[in-house]
Amino acid sequence: MAYDLEFEKPLAELEKKIHSLQRKGDRLKPEEFTQLQLLESELLKRTEEIYSNLNAWQTVQVARHKNRPYTLDYIKLICDDFFELHGDRTFGDDHAIVGGLATIDGQTLMLIGHQKGRDMKEMQYRNLGMPHPEGYRKAQRLMRHAAKFHIPVVTLVDASGASPALVDEERGQAEAIASCLYLMPRLRIPTISIVIGEGGSGGALAISVADRILMLEHSYYTIAAPEAAADILWRDRAQAPLAAEGQRIRARDMLELGIIDGLIAEPLGGAHRNHRLAAESLKQALLQHLEELKRIPLDELLEQRYQKYRNIGHFESAPAQETSPIQA
Amino acid sequence: MAKEAATPTTRQNFSADQASSLSTVGNIAVKCPKCKEIHYNRDWEKNLKVCPRCNHHGRISARERINLLVDPGSFVEIDADMLPADPLHFVASPPGDAKKPPYAAKLEEERQKKGQNEAVISGYATIDAQPLALAIMDFQFMAGSMGSVVGEKITRTIELALERSIPVLISSTSGGARMQEGIFSLMQMAKTSAALAKLGEAGLPYISLLTDPTTGGVSASFAFLGDIILAEPGALVCFTGPRVIEGFMHIKVPEGTINSEFALQHGMIDAVVHRRDLRQTLSRLLQMYSGSTKKEETA
Repeated sequence: MAYDLEFEKPLAELEKKIHSLQRKGDRLKPEEFTQLQLLESELLKRTEEIYSNLNAWQTVQVARHKNRPYTLDYIKLICDDFFELHGDRTFGDDHAIVGGLATIDGQTLMLIGHQKGRDMKEMQYRNLGMPHPEGYRKAQRLMRHAAKFHIPVVTLVDASGASPALVDEERGQAEAIASCLYLMPRLRIPTISIVIGEGGSGGALAISVADRILMLEHSYYTIAAPEAAADILWRDRAQAPLAAEGQRIRARDMLELGIIDGLIAEPLGGAHRNHRLAAESLKQALLQHLEELKRIPLDELLEQRYQKYRNIGHFESAPAQETSPIQA
Repeated sequence: MAKEAATPTTRQNFSADQASSLSTVGNIAVKCPKCKEIHYNRDWEKNLKVCPRCNHHGRISARERINLLVDPGSFVEIDADMLPADPLHFVASPPGDAKKPPYAAKLEEERQKKGQNEAVISGYATIDAQPLALAIMDFQFMAGSMGSVVGEKITRTIELALERSIPVLISSTSGGARMQEGIFSLMQMAKTSAALAKLGEAGLPYISLLTDPTTGGVSASFAFLGDIILAEPGALVCFTGPRVIEGFMHIKVPEGTINSEFALQHGMIDAVVHRRDLRQTLSRLLQMYSGSTKKEETA
């Protein structure tokens, strides 16, 4: 696969040289062969170097890569069986959130995730991966269903945000997201949420309140997609890289800030370069955390989950004399 | 405010020192931002900052709203000394844009200018002698944006209600989550909603009041989780603001398309209530719930 991102230019050049040598095949001279080996190890080294130091905006680009595995790709790779469930039973079936019953390693799970599209037609079908309210209501339905049958819930998060159209306002986007946030903290089953690409704003958070939040190494999580954040802060969408940097949105920042519970390593050069490896790594992490959660009694689990969110936030106390009574 | 104490009425005057955020012509007149009609300041204040001509509900501060809603003298503020921190050390600013101070400086500036510590005031009070916990947001302070402090104060208000088994009122007005606190702001949505879920399990009523504007992360968390959701007339009430919808859909969203009435029409809220009727409405509702919730003295 070609290196096609802007910051990958030095890698692309190396790759080009390698390809031109490889094309020679049997006609390769001995000194060219050594050169090829050198170039190959150089490429490996440089890739590692670049990918272990991605800045916020570069991370966004990797997280949005069109070949990055999406929810259905992971489902294909990690599930022994998957039966998709459709519809919110009220209005319709959203295509930007998929979900269903899955079997992984002999266990039944309720798997719910954002789904994007790759080509124009599918992107349109999936509404650019931005869920309508009925998507969140479908997610709620599946979660209640899971709790009813004691099936653990696993969510895969990959959305730049919830759909911001007029029809979404008409159907109550705010209420749909808020209700997810109301439901998830009290679900009486173990829940795991994995950010596989973009974790953008309330649209991502809505299905991501869980006992464990894990993130793929090159995914990001933010209060608002960088373009939207730059727009709100400075009325200038072009400053998105700056907003991304200032808001510290990379997975490793999230770990440092104490928001998430773990990172999942990606194959060298990003998950899009090797879906199978990425899926394997995700599956292992998922099973490990699930095993841990299953051992915790439910009441304790819910209390831990509550306290985790209860304790997020930074504030200070002013000197006491500054407070004044409001009314005489 | 002793005058009102004698005659409890829904029509209350605001004290003169409370600055109006609206365009004032000198000190004696106010121009309605909607219909451009010029009113005497005195009439404007007397009408609770609602335009007598076009019924436009002007924005009022949290303290004004508290005075408007609860029994005089009954409000006790909690967590007044809680101050915002700058967990991300947010200093980013586009090159050449010197007008935007770093977050910490901006906070200090807002505190000095607005004379309050954050975008919400919380505490407990009574309405017609019925106790409740309340958190009232204020748009003046950084556009009512929700950062860690707003999330924490609202959560503590809910916890206070749980402790005392009293109902909760949250009056929202917000441009959304506070960008400068990044992910911490986002997680306040989860935190406040989780606290409300506990309140719900305890069977305590939560009344949400939406005022102009209630948008973004505040809409998509506690504001739309009310057991009862009320809104002031004409308030912008949405998840996505009209400007973003326009940018996304490449259409024009006429002024006033998305507001309280729109939300009522689409089944998203229970009622649109005029400012002068708010207090009485709340009182009636609290009365109706009083049989089902345990009452305790607050003072």
